Amino acid sequence: MSEAVIRIESLFKAYDTPAGPFPVLKDVNLSILPGEFVAIMGPSGSGKSTFMNILGCLDRPSEGRYFLAGSNVAELGKDATAALRNRTIGFVFQGFNLLPRMTLADNVALPLVYSGIGHAERRARAQEMLDKVGLGRYAGSLPSRISGGQQQRVAIARALVNRPRLILADEPTGNLDSHTSHEIMEVFRELNEEGITVVLITHEGDIAAFAKRQVRFLDGEIVEDRPTLSHDLSPAGGRGTQPAAPLPPAGEGPGERATPC
Amino acid sequence: MLGAMLHEAWRAMGANRLRTLLTMLGMVIGVGAVVLMMAIGQGAQYAVAQTISSMGSNIFVVLSGFTSTGGVRSGSGNAPTLNVSDANAIAELDGVDTVAPVHWGSVQMVYGPNNWNAWVQGTTPAYLDARSWPIADGASFTDSDVRAATRVALIGRTVAQNLFGDENPVGKTFRIGQAPFTVLGVLAPKGQNLEGRDQDDLVVMPLTTAQRKVFGTPFQGSVRQILVKASSAEAMPAVEKSIEALLRQRHRLRDSADNDFTLRNLTAVADTAAETTRVMSLLLGAIASVSLLVGGIGIMNIMLVSVTERTREIGIRMAIGARERDILAQFLLEAIIISVIGCAIGLILGVGGALLVNQLAKMTVVVSGSSVLTAFAVAAGVGIFFGFYPARKAARLDPIEALRYQ
Repeated sequence: MSEAVIRIESLFKAYDTPAGPFPVLKDVNLSILPGEFVAIMGPSGSGKSTFMNILGCLDRPSEGRYFLAGSNVAELGKDATAALRNRTIGFVFQGFNLLPRMTLADNVALPLVYSGIGHAERRARAQEMLDKVGLGRYAGSLPSRISGGQQQRVAIARALVNRPRLILADEPTGNLDSHTSHEIMEVFRELNEEGITVVLITHEGDIAAFAKRQVRFLDGEIVEDRPTLSHDLSPAGGRGTQPAAPLPPAGEGPGERATPC
Repeated sequence: MLGAMLHEAWRAMGANRLRTLLTMLGMVIGVGAVVLMMAIGQGAQYAVAQTISSMGSNIFVVLSGFTSTGGVRSGSGNAPTLNVSDANAIAELDGVDTVAPVHWGSVQMVYGPNNWNAWVQGTTPAYLDARSWPIADGASFTDSDVRAATRVALIGRTVAQNLFGDENPVGKTFRIGQAPFTVLGVLAPKGQNLEGRDQDDLVVMPLTTAQRKVFGTPFQGSVRQILVKASSAEAMPAVEKSIEALLRQRHRLRDSADNDFTLRNLTAVADTAAETTRVMSLLLGAIASVSLLVGGIGIMNIMLVSVTERTREIGIRMAIGARERDILAQFLLEAIIISVIGCAIGLILGVGGALLVNQLAKMTVVVSGSSVLTAFAVAAGVGIFFGFYPARKAARLDPIEALRYQ
């Protein structure tokens, strides 16, 4: 448990625009150790999504170094980063991103296809993961037959099926109502207690409060990095109430209901 | 991996059944047209090749000249300008394999209640050699029959059927006028010649018999044509020149005089016919290939639509670990499956169409294994060629953009 899962050293990211490079991330340094549960927070436009894309090896930094599980991502080729996404990282998206024409079992098994794992083992592991998130009996259904919260559980099962060291969740509760959100966060917390490193993006304080550590971005820089304190939790100790943190960003309100994409 | 990819390609195609079927239809029509046209073209080539080989190879025909009586000119072969000694002299030339003088005409034959009009070739036994014409039943006449002008004949299959019906003609006797002729043998069938005339509708008899006892001739020994078989195709140009020189010399023609005979190179005619059908079948194939091309473009078009529609899916797949080549293979496989299934259906329809043409139009069609293999190879090639660009477009998508795509 000594080496960091994620180590970011003076990372910069700028997008090329007609008016010249537009900086999005400025000198970000961050280390995340195995077993941590980190919430990355910040308003819209603060650079947290770009940061998440870089963490997920979907995007590359303009400058700086990013070590994922000890390997320097910048030095890896496309196939090697695809393998990292496949085996080391599990993605959970805001819009669930299940493939609509595939059964839940096939959706969950999909990463295993790209690992070259045989049919029988794919089925068995997909079923095991669906059972773990409590949806084993729906294995043969299509995503459109189940609710948003259930779809997100399936997406988590898919993220877990290749036994990754790291779960990256990009606003996983953004399309869910608060009750379902908290159920999903309970799932993440259980996973974290099993030893999986979880990094999630959110702008909701009550969601972030499930994490053990909170990192706050503003204008492309980390402005706050602290453990979750007891006052982040709501006074009653329950987690079904309104956000306690004072940062509901404008224009990016959380959807109240599941909206299938 | 491949199993899973096939399964996914199948599912993706099933999701848009009508579209997949219409895309396939382009390939079906293309491959069907190519197979049908190739079958017809190869059939024509085969028929011509059959006819050419039935003519005998490396053959010249020397026809006698025409007569002109009061301004009315007869056709070639009517003037008595060639005779048997011309034929014997030609036989001495270098490069000449076989020579057969021929005197011909049409006669009415009678056998019992049946009568039939057929072409009579009076010639020597060498005629059958020159034309590589085997005897199906019975035996040929001999040189002694030619010397003795015996009343014997070989008959073609058509004559046998019309004169003798179901009877075996060998040994039977038919009449020409009042003269009886014995059938020595029946010639093997040869079918039509290049002009479409039935080559089996003929009677072959000794030259002398035809000259003296059937047609009569004002000049002893004159013949209407001489069939010359050269020893090889390479020898033909030299043989042609030496025959012409020899005959001009023998007929004492001045340098300014025209030939009083006509020399025809049947192989050249055959080559022309073969070349014509070859060009025709190429043309048919080329026209049909255009529809295959259009079918291929249809595949590319639909694959491009499919890639755009599934941009988000591609993004998801990339995010969970698909490599570029996985995405490429997925879309390529889909294009190949569409084109190969379309090809299989087109093949069945094309072969069925060819058989139908054979039945209805009585045309020779040839569906060769090589044309079937070519069709499959072309279909797979079309799938790869027209599927590659859309598949590469999919594989090169930026996963972040693709995930954001609505």
